[in-house]
Amino acid sequence: MPVFELEKRQSPSKMMALYSPALAISLTLVTTGILFLILGIAPLEALFLFFVSPLLESWTLQQVAVKASPLILIGVGLSVCYRSNNWNIGAEGQFAIGAIVGSILPILLPDWQNAAVLPLMFIMGAIGGGLFGLVPAWLKNRFGANEILTSLMLTYVALLFLDWIVRGPWRDPDGFNFPVSREFSEAALLPQMIEYGSLHAGVLVSLVVVGCFFVLFRYSLKGFEIKVLGTAPRAGSFAGFSKKRMVYFSFAVSGSLAGLAGIIEIAGPIEQLIPTISPGYGFTAIIVAFLGRLNPVGILFAGILLAVTYIGGEAAQTNLEVSDKTAKAIQGILLFYVLACDTLIRYRLRFVKRKV
Amino acid sequence: MKVGELLLEVRGLTKQFGSLVANNSIDLEVCPGEIHALLGENGAGKSTLVKMLYGSLQPGAGKIFWRGQEQIVRDPYAARELGIGMVFQHFSLFESMTVAENIALALKDISSLEALADTIEETSWAYGLPLNPLSIVADLSVGERQRVEILRCLLQDPALIIMDEPTAVLTPQESELLFETLRKLAAEGRSILYISHRLAEVTNLCDTATILRGGKVVEHCDPRKETAATLASLMVGSSIGEIKHAPDTTLGLKKLHLDQLCLAADGPFSMPLVDIDLDVHAGEIVAIAGIAGNGQSELFDAISGERLTDLEQIKICGSECGTDDVTSRRLKGAAFVPEERLGHGAVPDLSLSENVILTRQGADKAFHSGLFLNRTTAMDTATRISADYDVRKGQPDPVASSLSGGNLQKFVVGREIDRQPEVLVVSQPTWGVDAGAAVLIRQSLIDLSRNGTAVLIISQDLDEIFEIADRVTVINKGGLSRQVDIGSIDREGIGLLMGGIQDQHLKKEDARV
Repeated sequence: MPVFELEKRQSPSKMMALYSPALAISLTLVTTGILFLILGIAPLEALFLFFVSPLLESWTLQQVAVKASPLILIGVGLSVCYRSNNWNIGAEGQFAIGAIVGSILPILLPDWQNAAVLPLMFIMGAIGGGLFGLVPAWLKNRFGANEILTSLMLTYVALLFLDWIVRGPWRDPDGFNFPVSREFSEAALLPQMIEYGSLHAGVLVSLVVVGCFFVLFRYSLKGFEIKVLGTAPRAGSFAGFSKKRMVYFSFAVSGSLAGLAGIIEIAGPIEQLIPTISPGYGFTAIIVAFLGRLNPVGILFAGILLAVTYIGGEAAQTNLEVSDKTAKAIQGILLFYVLACDTLIRYRLRFVKRKV
Repeated sequence: MKVGELLLEVRGLTKQFGSLVANNSIDLEVCPGEIHALLGENGAGKSTLVKMLYGSLQPGAGKIFWRGQEQIVRDPYAARELGIGMVFQHFSLFESMTVAENIALALKDISSLEALADTIEETSWAYGLPLNPLSIVADLSVGERQRVEILRCLLQDPALIIMDEPTAVLTPQESELLFETLRKLAAEGRSILYISHRLAEVTNLCDTATILRGGKVVEHCDPRKETAATLASLMVGSSIGEIKHAPDTTLGLKKLHLDQLCLAADGPFSMPLVDIDLDVHAGEIVAIAGIAGNGQSELFDAISGERLTDLEQIKICGSECGTDDVTSRRLKGAAFVPEERLGHGAVPDLSLSENVILTRQGADKAFHSGLFLNRTTAMDTATRISADYDVRKGQPDPVASSLSGGNLQKFVVGREIDRQPEVLVVSQPTWGVDAGAAVLIRQSLIDLSRNGTAVLIISQDLDEIFEIADRVTVINKGGLSRQVDIGSIDREGIGLLMGGIQDQHLKKEDARV
């Protein structure tokens, strides 16, 4: 009976590291196609609607960029954590806290309008998200608490806090009792890049961050430290790097970037604080980070791909009358294949004939 | 000899991992009641062969005959059913359970734990392996733990016992006791397949020997007719170079000074260090002998700065640094080579040049400009180290894990010597390294010390200590024995110190005076 076994490679395959995301995407397409077939929907048409149609028109392309931007920002931050073997699952919460702290100025001081407002909002959002990210880091260093659990649980604290503050103290006094904050003034909103379009200047921030972290990981001593502590902590402390400081650093960086993404989302497409500000960006960014091989440039492309599934999901919802959960299912299938295909970087498949 | 008399016969056994042929058409015959040595360097294919016999690997080709019958050993369970037992080099015992409980886990039919305890006590005395079945394993010495492993194997009544480097963790005296037990077992008609690096003990103990090199059998011989040197050259394939050891004439300045160093245990199975005093001078090699687990790794961590002590307990080149981190100790002129190459001394997934940056970035600004790495310097340094220390590699800058143990060890030791340190601390300099690499590493350590560096080695290998050390001390239960000149002590003396018998040793010293 021929069976196959996994055989460890002598060294990780560079070629496979490039091919494995492509393989994962292909397998996802095939699996989703089969799922559509089972649902009685023509698979090619559905896949076209999901993955190609969002790229064909200017307004959907802008939508893709606007959706990809927070995914990329958060994903790059998470890659710092995951590279250093710290497991921040709470980006969704840090995103929300960043949005709240970043909104302090336009909500509490609506009449203070000048050129400094927007940069200050960004800085405050980043600091808010970063400080909130430091909570699980501190719990890990001080008590040895598992950061996967604490960061995830704190997400719900943050989301409920957002819900409470928008319905309570920050509710728009002139808003007919709707659970929304006051609308931001022009000075507190990101400028549009295309007239009558949805593309806003926050997208540029994501591109700059991708560039900075590409350089950080590849050329800097800090990037080296992140990698060493992530892959061989004992060797890291032998080299003189501090594991605890890295826990703080990685959570602070990823929290800040998630917070920044949060306030950009508010100052960009949403324009005011509302109870639900994210379609799960903080969780989807985990897929983005891994699909992008924890590499900023990879994350850029992965963020675009996942944004396409969001927009394609909306199109499918109206045209094919499938549930809005379809996009989530595709994202889940994709993450599954990404992680499975990663095995092939370190192992090769070998077919063996074994006597029974 | 007729085929019918053989207990185990192996014909053409082959196992391939990728492009590497770990075992190439191996033939082996073991008669009942014989102690059969399996010799070879690291990577010669000993473990692969033994794993196939014990069923934890399946051969790619070839046949295994057991008592004349062809058998497929599907898994270790099937091996034990046949009567093949194995005592592993690394113990697989639950530390928080008693001896009897540990053994009960491996047996199929147990009437009661009490009855088993009686059986254990009886058997253990009968074979010279005294053990209290109710002791907790965590409280046992390494030698006693090995007895548990052997007893567990014996209670399954095996006809063939495979032993993987059983004396690696024993004092010379404990080894002698083990040999008595093994001879007793052989006299009962049980066979023993004995894997060892220690050639002297093989020539004493074993009846036959099979020597592997590069996955092939190079020789079946009678070790009693060979010497350790002839066996070694068969293993390596050429005669091994000799180490030149110029007598150490004048002692230089005190470079490393440990003053009443104490360190609390940081876990249930860690050894606390108690009042350790030690001086290492420029130009000498001091060795710390001892059985693994007596505080060696804790001592290394304390000297390297991975664990901190009180400020005045450690002095490097005259300045107190017990509370300094690794980097500031390196800045004071110290260099360190830990026992574990992969994961401690080097990062497996990083290239050699990046592994140069690993330990050199803290104390040497040539490797980075504050923010950015200087990869060219790192690459040049890696190339220089590889050339100076004969590091053999397939690519110009391969990842550390792709190098063989010996080559990586040469690189890791070379990386630290390349800094021209004032003090070098090396833990297990040639552990698991092939003979050629061991000679090169030992020679470089001697040369370094003769050029004025204070060298401290922590080693389990007595041959190595006698070959390169000027003075020796023994670590036992977290404390150090007196330091002795290497010329004034023999293996037996060190063995007694290893077992913690300081008094007898002192008497002997007194008698000499």
